[in-house]
Amino acid sequence: MGEPSGVPEPAPAAQRPGRIVVNGDPLDWREGMTVRDVLKAKNYIFPLVITTVNGTLIPRGSYDVAVVPSGADVKVVHLISGG
Amino acid sequence: MSTMTPDYTVRTNYTDNLEEMRAAHKVLLEVPFTPSEPQRGYNMRSLHIDLTNLKVTEKKVTQEMVDTFVGGRGFGLWYLWNATTPTTKWNDPENEIVISPGPIAGITQYPGTGKSIVVAISPLTDIPIDCNVGGYYGPLLKFCGFDCLELQGKAASEVVVLIDGPRGVIRIEEAPLEPADSHICSEIFTHMYADGPTDLKNVSVVSAGKGSDHSLIGCLNFSFYDAKRKAARLKQAGRGGVGTVFRDKKLKALVVRGPVIKADLNHVADRARIQKVGSVINKEIHDLDAQQCNMKRQGTAHLVEVMDAYDLLPVKNFQYGNHPDTKNIASWVWDKRFTQGIPDGCWYGCTMSCSKGADGHVVKTGPYKGDIVTVDGPEYENAAGLAANCGIFDPDWLLEVNFYCDTYGVDTISYGTLCAFAMECWQRGILNAERTGGLDLTWGNAESQMEILHQIARGEGFGLIAGQGIRKMKQIFSERGWGDLKLMTDIGMEVKGLEYSQYQSKESLAQQGGYALTNKGPQHDEAWLIFMDMVNKHLPTFEAKAEALHYFPLFRTWFGLHGLCKLPWNDIEPANNAEQAEPAKVPEHVYNYCEIASGVTGLEVTKEKIIEQSEKVYNFQRVFNLRRGYGRREHDWPPYRSVGPVTVEEYESRTERYDKQMLEEIGVDPAGKPVEEKIAITRKYREDRYSKLCDAVYKRRGWTTDGVPTMETIKKLGIDFPEVVELVQKSGG
Repeated sequence: MGEPSGVPEPAPAAQRPGRIVVNGDPLDWREGMTVRDVLKAKNYIFPLVITTVNGTLIPRGSYDVAVVPSGADVKVVHLISGG
Repeated sequence: MSTMTPDYTVRTNYTDNLEEMRAAHKVLLEVPFTPSEPQRGYNMRSLHIDLTNLKVTEKKVTQEMVDTFVGGRGFGLWYLWNATTPTTKWNDPENEIVISPGPIAGITQYPGTGKSIVVAISPLTDIPIDCNVGGYYGPLLKFCGFDCLELQGKAASEVVVLIDGPRGVIRIEEAPLEPADSHICSEIFTHMYADGPTDLKNVSVVSAGKGSDHSLIGCLNFSFYDAKRKAARLKQAGRGGVGTVFRDKKLKALVVRGPVIKADLNHVADRARIQKVGSVINKEIHDLDAQQCNMKRQGTAHLVEVMDAYDLLPVKNFQYGNHPDTKNIASWVWDKRFTQGIPDGCWYGCTMSCSKGADGHVVKTGPYKGDIVTVDGPEYENAAGLAANCGIFDPDWLLEVNFYCDTYGVDTISYGTLCAFAMECWQRGILNAERTGGLDLTWGNAESQMEILHQIARGEGFGLIAGQGIRKMKQIFSERGWGDLKLMTDIGMEVKGLEYSQYQSKESLAQQGGYALTNKGPQHDEAWLIFMDMVNKHLPTFEAKAEALHYFPLFRTWFGLHGLCKLPWNDIEPANNAEQAEPAKVPEHVYNYCEIASGVTGLEVTKEKIIEQSEKVYNFQRVFNLRRGYGRREHDWPPYRSVGPVTVEEYESRTERYDKQMLEEIGVDPAGKPVEEKIAITRKYREDRYSKLCDAVYKRRGWTTDGVPTMETIKKLGIDFPEVVELVQKSGG
């Protein structure tokens, strides 16, 4: 039985300094930006998310302290909820 | 709004005249039966009640039925198929209401295991509808000895059907005096048939109120006795007008009295196996729910502000996706209004406990004005549909309309969506005060929303038109020359005749299919793919979307075959879920379901078996639609409002988004183009994509390009019964 791959498309290449890519879309970056800051900037308030920065899984308890480097590829996978 | 916490045991008493009402009953039929307890989840017996001829028949459930249809929705569809003909109308006597709980229903070691599935030919869609509902009726029916109940025919007068397991008696009684409205009759019948106060919890009542008498959007209320509140609480089989069918049969109530619930009434094959995964998920809920969805405090209402933040909350008939006043109906409001700290499970052992109740509501309008009641909910769908979608952001009005929808037996989802449609018709001049009988349907007018509902219950005025649902409203408005049918077709949020549930799908092609490519109509319980598609961008191709629209509807169909609630699957997740290969599927919980199904039935169930079991029933339901003259590509076409911006205001509310898409995805420069032209360009692009999605989904599901299951598919699935084969062949499958 085939199943959805769950594998996202690769992030756009050649991200210029001063920006990061979040779920495929560019976002302005600043020094010291944390995962929590990224979620706030994107208004990602849904609690059931899984976040990776350059492929590394960030535990939910570390969102306030995990720093996102310039040019990073951030993936915020929202799980399904509701209804 | 009151800031004081009300006493959750205080409410208006409706049982004072119980003895008078009981004395007015006339027993029309009484038959004995031999109660039994299921073995490995099944009694291998069902019950058929003919209300016209007052006849009760036991039927054998065959192993072939179990192998093909499993239980729950599968049994319902099979019995309905055999009971009806291709031309049976919803109000013909042969139409049935079938209630079946499924083999897992009734276990107490795992959350969300007390569901029943209701199936009937829908008055809204003219095809089978299926509703998944909590409350105690289904499990107690099973513990009396029946895997399924068919109700056929029409009674000559208002009746109550009692199944009393401990006494081994089935009775049909004329019941002339009890009010039909559910918050009253559930309370009365619970007390009338319980054998004293300690027995109240062993009685469950199914009812529909006066709203079901005069509309096509009637729902059924299934009760469960809340021992803390000392009240019969209500859960709804909401969609498709099953309450309307119920009242058309002159049913006032179904009552079941079951045995005292014990841990192993299902006599499962391997209880330890169930207990093992049950203890794991119960610990997850205990440890993690407060940090995750907070279901225990807020129920599904936790989603209100989440949907607003992602531009997914339907506002003003799905025109927009958020609103500054959403804060007034958000989860923190309900966190305070719901009584906290008491169990709110709609079946024993459900630690998710999300059937929240707002106690102490003082009714402001209508026949129960001044009464103190407990409102069951509001859940997300009610807050989104009855409030935001109608531009009403007042929690007290939401409680009021939620209460009346439930007690009148009116589906909150259809009612919210059709009110939103009527209000947009008012905005666009299709309706005016002369046409509504004086009601002002300006966005946000809660009093008018309430009055339409009361009119439905009284069977008068504009409520009689509104209660027919959006499909018929469009026809009526068009026939009377009130508005342009094309515009109403674009903004009337229904497919197959059923109103949409409450999520914006404009920016998720997969969810457009998740709604319109359903068997019964646009209800989110088949597939909710918006985050996966729109936010995560995990479904970049038509094939990936088609795969999701194959897997998730089948996975979720499985809950309805077994008597399960969907919520403990993915409204709580294990602490290590992020480390799994496909976290959106919550693999550990899929494993749990394999374990409990295997543990109950003794049949080894794998994740592949889950899909295989569902696929038989899902395709059978598609063929059932075909049998009734539907079930083809043309019936899967959505209203454009669910696909893209219909009006100039909608486009201009998100110009940046649509212009960017036009430039980057369509390859057309929007600069200098009038909005109407941009709407047309966007529409052509989006409708083309929807059509391509249909092609991909049909191919993945093993259907023809017209949406008909192929002969190869039905043979592979073992549903190649002679009539199915004939139908499929005739339909080009």
